[in-house]
Amino acid sequence: MGTRTVLQQPDITRALTRIAHEILEANHGASDLLLLGIPTRGAVLAERLDRILADIEPEWSADARPGADGRTGSGRVGTLDVTMHRDDLGHGIGRAPHRTTIPASGIDGRVVVLVDDVLYSGRTVRAALDALQGIGRPRAVRLAVLVDRGHRELPIRADHVGKNLPTASDERVTLRLTETDGSDEVVIEQRMTQDPRETQDPREPQDPREPQDPRETQGADA
Amino acid sequence: MKHLLSTADLSRDEAIRILDVAEEMAEVNTREVRKLPALRGKTVVNLFFEDSTRTRISFEAAAKRLSADVINFAAKGSSVSKGESLKDTVQTLGAMGIDGIVMRHPASGAPRVLAEADWIDVPVVNAGDGTHEHPTQALLDAFTMRRRLHGVASRGAGLDGVRVLIVGDVLHSRVARSNAWLLRTLGAEVTFAAPPTLLPAVDRPFGAAVHHDLDVALAEDPDVVMLLRIQQERMNDAFFPNPREYTRHFGLTAARTARLSDRTLIMHPGPMNRGLEIAGVAADDPRSTVVEQVANGVSVRMAVLYLALTGEHEPKESVA
Repeated sequence: MGTRTVLQQPDITRALTRIAHEILEANHGASDLLLLGIPTRGAVLAERLDRILADIEPEWSADARPGADGRTGSGRVGTLDVTMHRDDLGHGIGRAPHRTTIPASGIDGRVVVLVDDVLYSGRTVRAALDALQGIGRPRAVRLAVLVDRGHRELPIRADHVGKNLPTASDERVTLRLTETDGSDEVVIEQRMTQDPRETQDPREPQDPREPQDPRETQGADA
Repeated sequence: MKHLLSTADLSRDEAIRILDVAEEMAEVNTREVRKLPALRGKTVVNLFFEDSTRTRISFEAAAKRLSADVINFAAKGSSVSKGESLKDTVQTLGAMGIDGIVMRHPASGAPRVLAEADWIDVPVVNAGDGTHEHPTQALLDAFTMRRRLHGVASRGAGLDGVRVLIVGDVLHSRVARSNAWLLRTLGAEVTFAAPPTLLPAVDRPFGAAVHHDLDVALAEDPDVVMLLRIQQERMNDAFFPNPREYTRHFGLTAARTARLSDRTLIMHPGPMNRGLEIAGVAADDPRSTVVEQVANGVSVRMAVLYLALTGEHEPKESVA
């Protein structure tokens, strides 16, 4: 199985900084903005964006108050779990839900920026839009992702993209973050090697397409 | 988890997983829209062969908040009173297309018979079987203790070192049994206080220490005092001379409540016999969790239904 690193820590930081500027620019400032990260890695990215925004925009933390987790921060970042809204529940994949934490202000009339790691089929984002409905009525919902790898199965697009990564559907894109995985990087793992030059382990059999584990494919998009 | 039949089958990790999922469900229950689409299109049958109002309503609310369709089946006035067997009842329901069964039955072990038989292949949740087990009650009790003791840091936590005193009719109580096993799995110490006639005739029933004097037991300063209901319907023998004597020796009276420490929780699975096993003052005390237990019951049952109906479905997977 070939593995290549496509983004390293400085690349990820630069991409997030650019996304932070784009979010402010598109919104003409920080007013009414909220960030909701989709667990687990989207939630980590949302917290990083929150810190970056606090550095670059004085208005961001102007009305600082205890956030959803009780700590004092910008009060503009939370998490949105989409597990219960997925369209593949009950297909033999036991999923434990994660936490949903909504900033004290609520989402009604706000501009909610959903933050996720990898945009793939779009099904996670569809579930997130569904989950938002149960919580309130935002004025607008935008989507920021670190990696857009294509292969959409639903009419969904991101407003802010860290990096477009054209991939094959038998590849797996994984984001690792220091907070959850010990290091910052985006790697592409190849499930089936077509180009012998890319074979890093000669013992790796070049067998025909191996059956895909639905859990792993979903995991890349989760 | 496919079935939930007994808390004795749950490992610590499985139990904590259910409680953690219940935390997320509890968060949903505070929202304006208390509904999740997780079980949309699934049908849950409440199969109740024994009278129950609160447990059935709690399960019904839980299933409906997860968007499942609920069919309530009460044995009274049904074909069961005409002599239909459990097998035929269940196969009839199965032919109508159902995805899960919540079962209460007066015979101990009936849900396990149903889960292990090949009459129908759907998850079975035990909602109380005879004098055997009532696992969701134990889970909601543990959930309530964990929330009161750990607050926002509840997720992932057990109940290590928590000292729980269970008072009353241990002999007939499925709540006591399920709690004793689950609480010990979660690291708590369980002690029973009851007259010898209301205890199983063994040294350490379900691994718990025993007191025959409630005042001695309360002097040990437990973290939780859980009262069991005196079940009039199972009192078909002279277990104690009369209700007033029971109250004097084993009731949580106003005087005993006043002696409890400020942090001691007062729990009761309901329905309460006020003035018999629990004084009105004790039930309405700020340390009492009786109302919270009912609210948490819905969250815990949502977690159990969610995990049972969407979990891994290996055929004939062992319990929990």
